[in-house]
Amino acid sequence: MRRLMLCAVPTLILCMVVVLGAPAGGQNNLRLGKPADRARIGAWDIDVSPDGAGLPPGSGSARQGALVFEMKCAACHGEAGAGQPADRLTGGVGTLKSARPIKTVASYWPYATTLFSYIRSAMPINDPQSLTADEVYALSAYLLSVDGIVGKDAVLDAGSLAKIKMPNRDGFRNAWGRPAE
Amino acid sequence: MGEARKTSNTHRVSRRAMLQAGIGAALALPTAARGKEEDLVPEAMRVPGVPASPYGMPSRFEDKAVRLLTPLSTISPGTGSARTPLHLLDGIITPSGLHYERHHNGVPDIDPARHILLVHGMVREPLEFSMEALLRYPRTSRLAFLECAGNSGANAAQEPPQTSVDLIHGLVSCSEWTGVPLKLLLDEAAIVDGAEWLLIEGGDASALSRSIPLAEAYKYGMLALYQNGERLRPEQGYPVRFFMPGWEGSLNVKWLRRIKLTRQPTFTKEETSKYTQLQPDGVARQFDFVMGVKSVILSPSVGMRLPEKGFYQISGLAWSGHGRVRDVKITTDGGNSWSQAELEEPVLPQCLVRFRFGWHWDGGPTVLQSLATDEGGHMQPTHSAWKAQYAPGQGYHYNAIQSWRVEADGVVKNVHA
Repeated sequence: MRRLMLCAVPTLILCMVVVLGAPAGGQNNLRLGKPADRARIGAWDIDVSPDGAGLPPGSGSARQGALVFEMKCAACHGEAGAGQPADRLTGGVGTLKSARPIKTVASYWPYATTLFSYIRSAMPINDPQSLTADEVYALSAYLLSVDGIVGKDAVLDAGSLAKIKMPNRDGFRNAWGRPAE
Repeated sequence: MGEARKTSNTHRVSRRAMLQAGIGAALALPTAARGKEEDLVPEAMRVPGVPASPYGMPSRFEDKAVRLLTPLSTISPGTGSARTPLHLLDGIITPSGLHYERHHNGVPDIDPARHILLVHGMVREPLEFSMEALLRYPRTSRLAFLECAGNSGANAAQEPPQTSVDLIHGLVSCSEWTGVPLKLLLDEAAIVDGAEWLLIEGGDASALSRSIPLAEAYKYGMLALYQNGERLRPEQGYPVRFFMPGWEGSLNVKWLRRIKLTRQPTFTKEETSKYTQLQPDGVARQFDFVMGVKSVILSPSVGMRLPEKGFYQISGLAWSGHGRVRDVKITTDGGNSWSQAELEEPVLPQCLVRFRFGWHWDGGPTVLQSLATDEGGHMQPTHSAWKAQYAPGQGYHYNAIQSWRVEADGVVKNVHA
């Protein structure tokens, strides 16, 4: 019995040291993350910010885009993006204050970079991430040309797409309480 | 009841007598008498039950307590939602299999052994985490609701829907969520000065992504791995989802694969074309993250019928993304008088709260309403006050007082009162 108690005392002290030491040593020093694979970052980093950061090399024209749209998009988004069965993409500019607001790329979206990023990351819905960068530039140019935001002969690339000022650029208020840009 | 017990005892005696007399005598009993005895001693007590099972399922008699499927599109069946049958449940916890679903291009089938979470952007050291590594980090648990920003939006229509309450309010559910605090991973990657936002992206066929303020995400964000004690269901983001208690559902990105630290919000598709609310002046509210205070009476609710006048326990749920629900008031006379409902413990921040209220229905037509206030003083607006805030056709963040009209025949209708 005496021997057991003698053993127990150092064990108890050891326990106290471990418990006291845990908050300082344990949680933040796990370091189980591995340095990210550069190729993975390259392949996964598919977002595009309003200043154009993230836009890939390549280019496409509105005329090429019309062909791609007819082949891969019109079945869901209708002729020239008029909608049905999927979302309407074109028209509706100037309706936001009306009794029947129509939200489309042209009437509502603040940045053309969102259009590029949407198509690149998620369209067509039955085959996402299948389009080439050139096709995505072409589709963006085409859809914007339907509402005259770019000309019928426009060719878009990273530089020109980021410079487009959308009609509803200033139509959003950041409810989080700081300016949206 | 007394009569039944007496009869049952009589039969028990006769059964014992039967056994004493021997099987032969029992067999000799007229079949009519034996049939009567079996009616009174339940079959479940006379026949051994089925063995234990690896994963339990609800009783086959509860087949109506299932999610209501509301696909959005015929061309992409994975786009749409499934709603929690709130009116067929009680308490505050939603069974994982009945938690609402909202997908933007279906539920991916992800092998956790192959899933990677990438943390990059404005960090000193871009990192990737295997699920095996993530599961080794310290975890915390909390009870919290999750609500789609579009929940209850059907009530914004001129004509309120008359089907069932799940169709209107079934895009809210509540679970115990367990996971790794986001800040552990952010600290490990080391945030660079100037980073103010996160981009959170899912590994599904819609690559759903949202921008979130870094300060709040650092404080409250969780990488959820478990729901109600078990690993996440695939439709809830297996193997890992982002979780931000009280913030709109789509920010709680499922199948989380990427966190990117940025200086500015990215203006993704789900925070521009969708999940923004147009106001009457033509300007849209954006980054409206917190789900407002709300309550709904579930029993009784639209589509039900009170069989007769008399006592009913009014019961429902209240919640607020701002914090705790402080009180729920009930009116059973269309707003002429209001009484406090009983709030059942636990009453937790960003969590569903069960309220109950005893009511004697006199059989006359009336309107029932519940009105929740949270600890921050936020209170539910009336339907017309809510409508006045937004342009026609908007439905996100609808949290107006729900009015149920009880007709003289007991039928419960959905009304804008």
